[in-house]
Amino acid sequence: MEKKNEHTTVTNNNNVESIENDFLKPIGKYSPLNRFWIGFLLIIVVWGAAIYIRQIYFGLGTTAMRNYVSWGLYISTFVFFIGISHSGTLVSAILRITNKEWRRPITRSAELLTWVSLLFGGIMPIIDMGRPDRIPNLVIFGRLQSPLLWDIICIGTYFVGSSLFLYLPMIPDIALCRDRLSGNATRLRKWIYRKLSLGWQDTPGNWKRLEKGMHVMTIIIIPIAVSVHTVVGYIFAMTLRPGWNSTVFGPYFVAGALYSGSAAVVLIMAAFRRMYHLEKYITKKQFNYMGQIVLALTLIYAYFNLNEYAVPAYKMASSEGFLLHDLFSGSYSSVFWILQLGTVLVPAIILAFPKGRTPVMASIVCIIIVIGAWVKRYIIVIPTLLHPYLPIQKVPIEWSQYFPNWVEWSITFGALAGIFLVITLFAKIFPIVSIWEVKEGREIEEKYEQVDNAIKNEKENVQVATS
Amino acid sequence: MQKNTPDNERRKFLKSSVATITAGVIGGSVINSFVSCNDKGETQGEKVKVLTPDGKLVEINSTHLQHEHNAPPVSNTEARKGIPGKKFVMVIDLAKCDGCGECTKACQKMHFTPPDREWIKVFTMQDNEKSAPYYFPKPCFHCDNPPCTKVCPVDATFKRQDGIVLIDNERCIGCRFCMVACPYSTRFFNWDRPEESAAEKMVPYSPEQSFPRKVGTVEKCDFCPHVMREGKLPACVTGCPMGAIYMGDENENAVTNSVGVTVQLSKLLEDNAAYRYLEELGTKPRVYYLPPKNRKYPKPDMNNDKEGEKKNHNHESMNM
Repeated sequence: MEKKNEHTTVTNNNNVESIENDFLKPIGKYSPLNRFWIGFLLIIVVWGAAIYIRQIYFGLGTTAMRNYVSWGLYISTFVFFIGISHSGTLVSAILRITNKEWRRPITRSAELLTWVSLLFGGIMPIIDMGRPDRIPNLVIFGRLQSPLLWDIICIGTYFVGSSLFLYLPMIPDIALCRDRLSGNATRLRKWIYRKLSLGWQDTPGNWKRLEKGMHVMTIIIIPIAVSVHTVVGYIFAMTLRPGWNSTVFGPYFVAGALYSGSAAVVLIMAAFRRMYHLEKYITKKQFNYMGQIVLALTLIYAYFNLNEYAVPAYKMASSEGFLLHDLFSGSYSSVFWILQLGTVLVPAIILAFPKGRTPVMASIVCIIIVIGAWVKRYIIVIPTLLHPYLPIQKVPIEWSQYFPNWVEWSITFGALAGIFLVITLFAKIFPIVSIWEVKEGREIEEKYEQVDNAIKNEKENVQVATS
Repeated sequence: MQKNTPDNERRKFLKSSVATITAGVIGGSVINSFVSCNDKGETQGEKVKVLTPDGKLVEINSTHLQHEHNAPPVSNTEARKGIPGKKFVMVIDLAKCDGCGECTKACQKMHFTPPDREWIKVFTMQDNEKSAPYYFPKPCFHCDNPPCTKVCPVDATFKRQDGIVLIDNERCIGCRFCMVACPYSTRFFNWDRPEESAAEKMVPYSPEQSFPRKVGTVEKCDFCPHVMREGKLPACVTGCPMGAIYMGDENENAVTNSVGVTVQLSKLLEDNAAYRYLEELGTKPRVYYLPPKNRKYPKPDMNNDKEGEKKNHNHESMNM
């Protein structure tokens, strides 16, 4: 019996070594393709930043926005990015609380996605501001009556919370980087590891405190996340505009955020699985389960769509009716129906079948969902602004229609490239998979195996004895 | 100074506060000549009836009023409080409006608004197929339950004691939340750097007169409090050749139009079955409409107006 135990610990050590190696290998190494990708993203980011400076200089008149459509692509993208940021909470916090073992290899990337999309989501309204130089006014003269202040408070809290939520479980891994990668790392990276590992020493006291902190964060982050997208919805719902003047907007936005956010988790999983060769860790199991989660959230989202559109459509009140006619059969009808059928109904049908939840199929479906969610934000914001109570009369033609111009596309894609860039660089500095959590999972698995084996042995012994 | 070189513009942008202070000190003479040359053609030598700050209606020679123009604008604190004891109210008689658009022109002249912005705009409306079309001049309604001031994150747009809703464009952060919150499409944004003459820019800013404009801030109809402080009527009221627009004080229960007719507010509203636009939204507008019945002019032609729209587009694009 003793011999056997020794044997398992040896393999265990080997396992641990190989897990660590698998995840530490890509860190700090830039292949030509990596360099090209980072360079490509940098160009888009720098271009976007340059155009933004130009926009500050000449005013928002350089965009396609005018007095009727005074919120455009920037605000739609803000809502979309904040929606994507729901992914981390969902996968990480909820799966942590429910103690789902399969979460282990995907929590880090999900939390990272939350953090980055929140960072850039928070930048979007600033880009949309006419006077970014007056941001201090929000502190000096801030009024709590304004839904915008609710957003600043909730998003700010969520950003701090999700930063902690991302950072806490990273500490043991950063310490591991500090200890294992000291040889070939640059001085800057060594410095980052040393500072960010906070003197982590793997002592029982360290672990106890980490677990306590994570437990608290896991529970706190869920209501914060829900509040964030609720108040993003309130920005619209607190107005009297047809199409926005809706009581379901808070939960509708939360549902939409979870739907797009969970799909984005599948995409980041798929991307790192392929790029970092993590097929051993992020398996079909993860895609299957995540696919089921996306399916459930898509159905919830579809239910909210039904509420949001079918209820007013039944009554066709005049002001609401003009907007709904435009969406159902007017100038936005093709986009509207492609969104409802192509990015809600069809994905739900595909994901309902096990074959629709294979890594490849799930990724394709989730790309459709994520793009659809983005366009949907646009369809929530713009058609409403084009249907004010008073008719649009005697105005320059460009006021009565809207399509983002090159300035808005440049800046928005700059922000999107920024998200990709931060994720890429993060994964080159820190392990993209929580190493200690995967190790822990492996240990738990092995313990189960041991118990199973022990039970089997006992049974065999009993059988031998009885026979 | 008049040439807006980028460098010049940038300095203005960064040091707008400094510019305002210097303007206050050295710009006095410029303002004098600038304001009087703008007013000459309109009112010189005429006797006009005006509402004095203490609520009396007096007839005086308009030349006497010019001095008042030169008075420095009220402080920000005063501009936020409003004119004591007043509760301004506007009544627009749709039966008298023939859609000439003089109100808009007078307003644009007084506030130096670019032609694409109509603080008071004359819509052509038709409530249903059977009823006749009518002209509908629409200023800011200065609601008593304003959806716009509620959502402002920095109190840059505010409701005053005298009922007026104003914007402080030195505080506005340009989020445009008020624009999407307003159900009446009343607010305009300075998308580009305003093209203003040097003299215009020299005028010390006050929320009560809404200029000089600033890029990236919101503007709208302000009920002309800077002239009402002097006991004058707003530009749109005096500019209306039909006398269709009445302005007055709810506390006094009297309103006056351009023809100089002062009537009892409550009686005018009662006798004509006055209504407020989109009452069901609960915004409580301070602008009342008298229904367009028994009109003395031909009703607007909806098709004709559409052509007018096209013309307007060409006109706008030429301007730009």
